[in-house]
Amino acid sequence: MSDASFVRTEMLSEQDPPPTSVGVIGWLRANLFSNWWNAILTVLCLAVIWYVLSGLLGWTLRSVWNAGSLNECREIMIATWGSTHGHACWGVIGDRWLQLLFGFYPPELYYRPILALLLLFVALAPVLFADKVSPRLLYVTAAYPFLMPWLMWGGSIWMPIGVAAGFVLAYLVGRKLDGSVPGLVLGILSAIIWWMLWLGFPIQAEVFNTGLGEILGAGLGKSLATISPDIAPFWLETVISRNFGGFMLSVLIGVVAIGCSLPLGILLALGRQSNMLIVKAICVGFIEFIRGVPLITLLFVASTLLNIFLPPGTNFDIILRVMIMVTLFAAAYMAEVIRGGLAGLPTGQYEGADSLGLNYWQAQRLIIMPQALKISIPGIVSTFIGIFKDTTLVSIIALLDPLGLSNSIRADTDWNGIYWELFAFIALMFFIACFGMSRYSMYLERKLKTEND
Amino acid sequence: MQKSVFYCALAAAVVLGGAAGAATLDDVKARGNLNCGVSTGLVGFASPDASGNWEGFDVAVCRAVAAAVLGDPQAVEFIPTTGKTRFTALASGEVDMLARNTTWTFSRDTDLKLDFIGVNYYDGQGFMVPKALGVTSAKDLDGATVCIQTGTTTELNLADFFRVNNISYEPVPIETNAEAQQQYLAEACDVYTTDASGLAATRAAFESPGDHVILPEIISKEPLGPVVRHGDNEWGDIVRWTLNALISAEELGITSANVSELAGGTNNPEINRLLGSEGTLGDMIGLDSEWAQRAIMAEGNYGEIFETNIGENTPVGLARGLNAQYTEGGLIYSPPFR
Repeated sequence: MSDASFVRTEMLSEQDPPPTSVGVIGWLRANLFSNWWNAILTVLCLAVIWYVLSGLLGWTLRSVWNAGSLNECREIMIATWGSTHGHACWGVIGDRWLQLLFGFYPPELYYRPILALLLLFVALAPVLFADKVSPRLLYVTAAYPFLMPWLMWGGSIWMPIGVAAGFVLAYLVGRKLDGSVPGLVLGILSAIIWWMLWLGFPIQAEVFNTGLGEILGAGLGKSLATISPDIAPFWLETVISRNFGGFMLSVLIGVVAIGCSLPLGILLALGRQSNMLIVKAICVGFIEFIRGVPLITLLFVASTLLNIFLPPGTNFDIILRVMIMVTLFAAAYMAEVIRGGLAGLPTGQYEGADSLGLNYWQAQRLIIMPQALKISIPGIVSTFIGIFKDTTLVSIIALLDPLGLSNSIRADTDWNGIYWELFAFIALMFFIACFGMSRYSMYLERKLKTEND
Repeated sequence: MQKSVFYCALAAAVVLGGAAGAATLDDVKARGNLNCGVSTGLVGFASPDASGNWEGFDVAVCRAVAAAVLGDPQAVEFIPTTGKTRFTALASGEVDMLARNTTWTFSRDTDLKLDFIGVNYYDGQGFMVPKALGVTSAKDLDGATVCIQTGTTTELNLADFFRVNNISYEPVPIETNAEAQQQYLAEACDVYTTDASGLAATRAAFESPGDHVILPEIISKEPLGPVVRHGDNEWGDIVRWTLNALISAEELGITSANVSELAGGTNNPEINRLLGSEGTLGDMIGLDSEWAQRAIMAEGNYGEIFETNIGENTPVGLARGLNAQYTEGGLIYSPPFR
């Protein structure tokens, strides 16, 4: 009897996988050519991409950068390539990029909006990347809303200081009275009285004849400003709103609308869920009204209707009017996004908060909002992005945002007839900003992810 | 900035007694600059250059008024307005005057409570077609697709013209002149119609202007002029006679180059009255005697302004045509300075 074994006694050595299933070829086979139908689609897609890119890249790269007018561009194109077709004339961007970024802001003061933008990032850092930077930066965040307008518009530093002091006063009074409802009202009232003292009563100066009356009429802030005029740390050259324009204007309106709409939206969302009838009615009415009208209507109200209703001679800044309208618009949408987040929370969370003995605001701050906001991040950020892009609508009411400026630039005889290059540049700027916001929201979602799914 | 927030918020509560109705001239002088409503951008008529200075045919009128009233042609705050916002901006007092290629029509003058103080450009609606189409008259355009800006008088004029001539057309509605250029060049429409000055400027920007013709028919009257509010006639007089001073200056041969010399006194009494070396015309409109001199010095007389901004040596390349002095067969005519 032989002891021939039918079982292999030695291991086979490992072999490389077949070359068609690894590396580039393997990847191609698995992802692009897994069957004949996919192969056809792949080839078709490649053809389309090639067709689009060959036109687009040729237009973008084989282009003229140094030219003072469209005709000069065309001459250079003819001299270089023998044709003007399929070549971009970036000369217009070279000529006008500062204008597209800053509008008519005085060039010697460009450092101010740039500084405001840099400070914006510093102010945002402790909010956006709370785990990475020192919480002391929150002081910058608190000061920023007062610092930014001063940097942008200039004027006396006593203005923002006075306004900030009003908020501090309201907070102190409110705290003294222990956060109760009368404390809240008294705090707001004291702030308003303070602002009236500081900024001057809106009553004609003739009413006041005495020296004290003059100071009161003009406002403490203005009186202080006259004591220290034109001294560098206290006074920045004033820039009027009409000189704001370009991308700076879009960012300004966008940042203000985004920054103010989130807290407003949270309050509106909470108000809408409130049991208090009047609060609820006001919030629902506001949200439904604002969401029921197009933004452009609100902008027209801001630019034309308000002019007619306000007393003649009232100088109510146009950019401020627009910022208020855009903020209200964004807040209404934000409220609904956050309400979605609130609705997504299980009732157990509310009951848990109650069982811990937390009061309403504590429960909101510690338990409800952190979860509701986390759920709503994608919606919040897409509202931000939408609002930022909607700022281009202000060109309809003759504010010179990038799109409005593109029209003005074309009205120059040098650049009459140029079209795509301006839009391409504007689109690129908006893309960078919006893509940045979108990537940040994805980062935040990953960071806040607690489920192990 | 914050100031205005609270002013506004409080204005709602505090009734401001009798703040209305101050004379525009006093407001302008107190403010130290003129708020002038212009177009957001129209080739040759109003556009900002790379450093943000506005220039153009309409802009020059603003500068002349500022020079006459305030003594400084740079003391102008240009407020861009769109076709939709321009009249509210004027009516609400946001601007002191409008120099924005606005057509003088019956309803605007009466119903909208505006005052057109004269005409600084006689325009009319025309048609542009590609030469290859072989069309020589607008009456051959039966069945054509027409690019037309919506919400303007041109849209109504077009409908009138085709109805009167009993031919049909298909409108391609567009929003801006720039869009129209693109649509027309992409052959989305056979014909582009707008004011003749706009057509000339548009054609001048084409790669091969010679391939397109502007048809001889002008189908509408578009007298464009500066506008002020109803009710402040003193201010209206100042703007009106500043424009007339520019027109008279061309007629009398006063240019920005020789105005200082002529201001010393000449043998022509009308020149003397205009430039203030004789008579008291300035006093009558609440200005000093050298107001017209400054207005002319700002950007030149009417002819000079025309030549620098939209004349035949500019890319816009408009001939004087109807806008020549009446002595040369045009319609530009100023009442006498007496």
